[in-house]
Amino acid sequence: MIEGSIWRRWVFFRLPMGIFLIFLLFPFYWMIITTFRPDGELYIPWYRATYKPFWTWNPTTAHLKYLFGETTFAIWMWNTTFIAVVSTAISLFCGVLAGYALSRLTFKGAALLGTTIFVTYLVPQTLLFIPLSEIIRAYSLGDTPWSLILSYPTFLIPFCTWLMMGYFKSVPKELEECARIDGAARWQAMLYIIIPVAVPGILSAMIFAFTLSWNEFIYALVFLSSPEQKTVPVGVISELVRGDVFFWGPLMAGALFGSIPVAIAYSFFVEQYVSGVTGSVKG
Amino acid sequence: MATTAIPVPDGTIIVGKPKWRPLESEGNLAMLLLLPTVALLGMFIAYPFVRGILLAVTNSKVGQIGDFVGFENFARLLKDPIFHAVVYNTFLYTFVTTIFKLILGLWLALLLNRDFKFKAFTRAFILLPFIVPTVLACFAWKWMFDPTFAVLNWMLFKLGIVAAGAGVNWLGDGDMAMLSIMIVNIWRGVPFFAISLMAGLQTISPDLGEAAAIDGAKPWQRFWYITWPLLMPVTMVVVLFSVIQTFSDFQIVYVMTGGGPANATHLFATYAYQLGVGTGLLSQGAAVSLAMFPLLFGIVIFQLMYIRRVETR
Repeated sequence: MIEGSIWRRWVFFRLPMGIFLIFLLFPFYWMIITTFRPDGELYIPWYRATYKPFWTWNPTTAHLKYLFGETTFAIWMWNTTFIAVVSTAISLFCGVLAGYALSRLTFKGAALLGTTIFVTYLVPQTLLFIPLSEIIRAYSLGDTPWSLILSYPTFLIPFCTWLMMGYFKSVPKELEECARIDGAARWQAMLYIIIPVAVPGILSAMIFAFTLSWNEFIYALVFLSSPEQKTVPVGVISELVRGDVFFWGPLMAGALFGSIPVAIAYSFFVEQYVSGVTGSVKG
Repeated sequence: MATTAIPVPDGTIIVGKPKWRPLESEGNLAMLLLLPTVALLGMFIAYPFVRGILLAVTNSKVGQIGDFVGFENFARLLKDPIFHAVVYNTFLYTFVTTIFKLILGLWLALLLNRDFKFKAFTRAFILLPFIVPTVLACFAWKWMFDPTFAVLNWMLFKLGIVAAGAGVNWLGDGDMAMLSIMIVNIWRGVPFFAISLMAGLQTISPDLGEAAAIDGAKPWQRFWYITWPLLMPVTMVVVLFSVIQTFSDFQIVYVMTGGGPANATHLFATYAYQLGVGTGLLSQGAAVSLAMFPLLFGIVIFQLMYIRRVETR
């Protein structure tokens, strides 16, 4: 509830909120406006009277045509999608099973293993990229999508496991016991009773995993080298920047189109994100 | 249970030996379920970690297996003035951005926790900086920081802070470049803090605040004595998580400055990349990466202990 007089509302709510929104969202506006601004308007120094930063009356699709016609951007989009989908599937499979085992089964070393997986969740990619690049080369996986499909689960699985553990813990034990009394084997109770109940949790794990692998950068930068193998972030940085020359129009168009898939994924599931964060923070 | 008796519909009872069902044992089932995870994590985390240590104590270069040199790589780092700058930069970067992310994130969380029009809509938009690919968003910032053609200097010009043609050289000057990458990091991190802390705020019962208000507590007293202590567990997790991410950050610096000008903005990760991949000195790069490990390890231990303490309380 926002109470109080009008000036209080402005000072304590609308003004700070407005400033936050401008600060957080302006770069996206700048991305969009640059995408459709012709080069002639793009490169006017800011102190000229003709400099109009916020609008253009001559929108152009030239940068989009360049991006999709002259570069392999469409292939990068496909590569990124393929890698994100497959590594997400692998990670969900592993994470759901591991999360179930760690949260609902009692066995020797459960606590130790749970802690170990939590710790690997906190290992940043930048700690391991040099030795990992050597290993990828030794397995002759370099410059193939499989180098990323197999290495992305290292940061996706711990995350999925952690999230699923929290979710499985919230499913009442009685549900499983009923199925067991009715004669279901342990694995059947898991597969047919508990996992279906956990579908909302699996869905949010899926969105996070997809986004994390879509956004990953350093492994893709180090493991991939040929232009037609690259993912969007790496392709944009290596093919749209030539030495010191930045092709700002196509660059912003690429940034815009590379951001849209994750933005859409999230816009549908933002409430799940909030509950997911609450769940994982509490769990 | 030696035998099982299965009643069938016509009333007779079939007595037989139990089937051999190894997966009924919790230990066996757990082992099977954990196998893929342990295999993947072992192959692509534990093994690279060991290889990283082995690399760091040799003098390997790309395509050339080196000899054992002991701690020579680390000793060289201790004398390397760029590495000194890297350590200073990384700590400064992590410390300053975390403080700002916490303050601004908490403020935004408190704003978002009220009821207002378009609340769900606003939340969805606010998350954008955190969820879009960092590299791509950094390009938008780099273009905004452009000293000749971009909007930030225009804004300062219109506000009368800079004169025509004498704009701020955002990424070209060492100190300004550091400030610029900090701004971008704060921009990316605030939504994460805000949404996580807001989720934490929602778990706090409003009755507590109302009870205190009836007892005459002022708004800031209610915040300081009720909301803040109850929010502490969430805050700790968010801060520690963010510190790990910021300390090992790579993307923002790589895109915005590449570590320059004159190595003024190098962090551990970008310097490791420059040595290991850029110059091909694998061992030295691996040593720089590993230099992050003690602090990260400390934070993780601290986090584990804190979570345990909160859980057993």
